[in-house]
Amino acid sequence: MPAWNELTVHEAKARLDRGDVTSRELVETLLAAIRARDKQVQGYLEVDEADALRQAEAADARRKEKRPGKLLGVPIAVKDLLNVQGQSCRCASRILEGYLSPYDATAIARLRAEGALFVGRANMDEFAMGSTTENSAFKITHNPWDLERVPGGSSGGSGAVVAADEAIAALGSDTGGSVRLPASFCGCVGLKPTYGRISRYGLTAFASSLDQIGPLTKDIRDAALLLQVMAGHDEMDSTSSPAPVPDYEAALRKDIAGMKLGLPKEYFVAGMNREVEQIVQQAIRHCEKLGATIVDVSLPMTPYAVATYYIVACAEASANLARFDGVRYGFRVKDAADPLEMYMRTRAAGFGTEVKRRIILGTYVLSSGYYDAYYIRAQKVRALIRADFEKVFQTCDALLTPVAPTAAFRIGEKTADPLQMYLNDIFTASVNLAGICALSLPCGFTNEGLPVGLQVVGPALGEETILRVGYAYEQTTDWRRRKPERL
Amino acid sequence: MTNSTPAHNAEKIDVAYVANLARIQLTADELQTFQTQLTQIVDYVNELKQVDVSAVEPMAYTERIANVLRKDVERRSLDRPVVLASAPAHDNEQFLVPKII
Repeated sequence: MPAWNELTVHEAKARLDRGDVTSRELVETLLAAIRARDKQVQGYLEVDEADALRQAEAADARRKEKRPGKLLGVPIAVKDLLNVQGQSCRCASRILEGYLSPYDATAIARLRAEGALFVGRANMDEFAMGSTTENSAFKITHNPWDLERVPGGSSGGSGAVVAADEAIAALGSDTGGSVRLPASFCGCVGLKPTYGRISRYGLTAFASSLDQIGPLTKDIRDAALLLQVMAGHDEMDSTSSPAPVPDYEAALRKDIAGMKLGLPKEYFVAGMNREVEQIVQQAIRHCEKLGATIVDVSLPMTPYAVATYYIVACAEASANLARFDGVRYGFRVKDAADPLEMYMRTRAAGFGTEVKRRIILGTYVLSSGYYDAYYIRAQKVRALIRADFEKVFQTCDALLTPVAPTAAFRIGEKTADPLQMYLNDIFTASVNLAGICALSLPCGFTNEGLPVGLQVVGPALGEETILRVGYAYEQTTDWRRRKPERL
Repeated sequence: MTNSTPAHNAEKIDVAYVANLARIQLTADELQTFQTQLTQIVDYVNELKQVDVSAVEPMAYTERIANVLRKDVERRSLDRPVVLASAPAHDNEQFLVPKII
């Protein structure tokens, strides 16, 4: 029998419902695992043990009062950019030192209403800008499968604590691949829902037209469960989708016979690690054996996705991060003579290098004389990228691709060259630009024992389809049972 | 602080000028590193100039989104003490900033 901290959300809920364990016992086991492992993994920025136990006791009391909840008593780790009332929310940045959330994000409020507990602030790249979690102002998170390697990013803390069984499940956010990349590198499931499917209210904005909250979980059913609770229209987010929320768990079936799955040829190109490509190709053959029809398709704008993404995302970031001015929250330098000096020095001392780099790039592409050449042009290419996807989804139910060209690489390997780092997003950023949905799930391991993710891409509001494909693959393979041994 | 105009080279980013627009004070080292790195990045994103976009409308959001309005009625907002609690300087009623005039 697995230890309580190794359980999935649905397993934990079933055990809690049966009375095999109390939420307090579950959280105590989890806190012990965090104490034992997080010195090595460094996945959490903060864990308030006393608060976690108080939340667990409240859940146990609610159970006694016969007030049920879909997630009653189940602890979830939260990426440090989602507001949980009363907790710090620093976005792994010095500029938010001392800030305590005055309210719950809508996604958090919905999980809370169903009885979930919020245990631990997961590390991330500062303001979600990065692909390795090395851009955190506070610590570097280590990949549980090989502590010398990065966990991916920007939701790297979330991926690492799920993989290390220091969490039952975690929340992340995905602007250009920030849920899917750490899921791939850490060997867990990561879901990037359709733009607008989950309210962004209370999610600290990086790039508002691209950001989506997504779960990182130990299996597909958990991703479906958490999506179910978080999804749906919210009047606090004017871009949230009014589309009705389907029953995602009902979509999980073990067969995909008759489904048509496309392989975009631009995602299987030279430059990809051969071992990763072979593992992904095996997964594709497995889907074929499950009865799916595999067809070759083309997304011709793929080579332009990273450039488009960095223009759009940095432009939006430069506007969104203007709010960090030393006036309303967090950090301010001392002894500034006037407001201008206060802004200049507060932002110089409060932001890390990558955040400054992106704010400057974003300011540049929006500045007079360059706006049409960069920003407007990128928005036009974005429209073409979306049109590519709309075309292939006229004939395909979903697409199968790698998540990244490599498995997890070494800490420090790519930090000197920002452009090479940006190219990690080559297979993920298009999905955000098009506003569609995708998930990453484990599909094998390299000879060095590093996990590799398979990306399943679906059309707008196609979550049922990609969850079904993921579930059929997962339930007929054993990758999810493998655990990091070196901890 | 400088208020110079940007270097009028169509492709070259003037990092000192842009950093000032972004209200970020850079050290001499940062300025030099960013000048090299951002020049490379701008070169890379210039590949978008190869794409024919003559017949395309720019897309800001992926769904067609119109302004969403609500009824103009008073609603409860966050309590002032809670909001002020995270500010670096306040007098229990408002945020405090260095002297402006």
